[in-house]
Amino acid sequence: MQSLLQVNNIQKMYGHRIGCTDVSFDLYPGEVMGIVGESGSGKSTLLNCLAGHLEPDAGEVIFDTRDRGPVDTVTMSEPERRMLSRTDWAFVHQHARDGLRMSVSAGGNIGERLMAVGDRHYGQIRDRAVDWLDRVEIEESRVDDRPTAFSGGMQQRLQIARNLVTGPRLVFMDEPTGGLDVSVQARLLDLLRGLVREMGLSAIIVTHDLAVVRLLADRLMVMKSGHVVETGLTDQVLDDPQHAYTQLLVSSVLQV
Amino acid sequence: MSDYNFAYLDEQTKRMIRRAILKGLAIPGYQVPFASREMPMPYGWGTGGVQVSAAALTPDDTLKVIDQGADDTTNAVSIRKFFERTAGVATTEETEKASIIQTRHRIPEATLREDQIIVYQVPIPEPLRFLEPRETETRKMHALEEYGLMHVKLYEDISQHGSIATSYAYPVKVEGRYVMDPSPIPKFDNPKMEMAAIQLFGAGREQRIYAVPPYTKVVSLDFEDYPFEATKADHACDLCAAEDSYLDEVIMDDAGGRMFVCSDTDYCRARREAGHVGRLGSDAPLTTGPEAA
Repeated sequence: MQSLLQVNNIQKMYGHRIGCTDVSFDLYPGEVMGIVGESGSGKSTLLNCLAGHLEPDAGEVIFDTRDRGPVDTVTMSEPERRMLSRTDWAFVHQHARDGLRMSVSAGGNIGERLMAVGDRHYGQIRDRAVDWLDRVEIEESRVDDRPTAFSGGMQQRLQIARNLVTGPRLVFMDEPTGGLDVSVQARLLDLLRGLVREMGLSAIIVTHDLAVVRLLADRLMVMKSGHVVETGLTDQVLDDPQHAYTQLLVSSVLQV
Repeated sequence: MSDYNFAYLDEQTKRMIRRAILKGLAIPGYQVPFASREMPMPYGWGTGGVQVSAAALTPDDTLKVIDQGADDTTNAVSIRKFFERTAGVATTEETEKASIIQTRHRIPEATLREDQIIVYQVPIPEPLRFLEPRETETRKMHALEEYGLMHVKLYEDISQHGSIATSYAYPVKVEGRYVMDPSPIPKFDNPKMEMAAIQLFGAGREQRIYAVPPYTKVVSLDFEDYPFEATKADHACDLCAAEDSYLDEVIMDDAGGRMFVCSDTDYCRARREAGHVGRLGSDAPLTTGPEAA
């Protein structure tokens, strides 16, 4: 089977300090990969390198494009990469404010990607916006409200709708449940799990919350100080951690 | 006159501005940065337009200056006086007789010819500015032709007002490439931008010049199901009975009295001289204003 994303020896340095180094993995269609580790372990740096927000110092990120097959996105032209990030890729930010246009209505936020790829029919754009609001469990009557009038959980769900409306194949998520209370988190996770299964999405989820990866991720990568210290199936890594740091991480989870 | 170089600016500056103008004409709709000079008038009063006019003027030119269509408002009068004094060129209020027309917020009703230049004063040249505040990002969006955001603004208009409520500074796409702010002209004037005259745009504070060459395709952005409409007040001019010109609404008293008059004063005057009479009759004075009733 052709992998959707193939990452080879990605390295990013901040001066003499390591952002992340020697990261390699394959992601297959429909697979969800979790990246866990403490703050400063290089998870977000890695994610930003993969999504094209940061330029890695070395390595390849090969994405299986629809028209040209596997292409290295690090060396591909900028217009092409930006096109990719509007169509086949999606990026869900930790803070919904970073991923939404706060001065534009919910409908406009969802419609932006559609208009960016050339949709010019107001009625159709609006119908799809309403459809997506429904899919992320936001009432249709809120379609003309601005995200500033939404709760944190709703903003996050709106951000997800805005990203998924063009039917991407790969979703990058940076702490999608950070800053939300547990009941809202649970609902969001449930929604995400449903969407991932239903749309056959591949996803890379960065989080420090082991419960999130337990629910969503098929595979897990544990990072420490910019290095990958352990990889494996989620249940395997969480139930039988091999590396000392992973053991510490798993044993640090509070039991209620 | 001898106290100033011709048209106020020094020759090196004019050369620099002419280079920007030529580049702008070569790439229709592209915003060319230029080293805007300090002018003896405040920003927002047309410092960009004045510099472009100064660079385009020759001693043989006849200059017309309009502000919201009128030749007799403060901005028009002071810029006309400025060039009378610093360039000594002939000035006129008649559109047909002018070779260079500097304008704020209107295109004259009379059809412009190939031997004319129209210079627009532009406050904010970046059509994407209010949606994307970062200049680095908007430049990239222009470079990569990523204009979806412009339609987000139109989408917001329709979702809030039921129709595209943007009525001035209505974004256009020039020659199928650059999206451009046509300066705050009413959208009624947008279809006129495919014209025989050269159109130059100067933004002094923002230090940008752009241009539209003659007979260039200028398309107003819209949606398939909400097409662009050039709108005006649904009246005829109360002085000259013109039904095809853009109208100003003038409040007459505190009892709801109002009149509609052509915003293009030269067009209105010419029609009245030709014998056209509006609702308020032939005894209406030639100037507009509260006493006109």
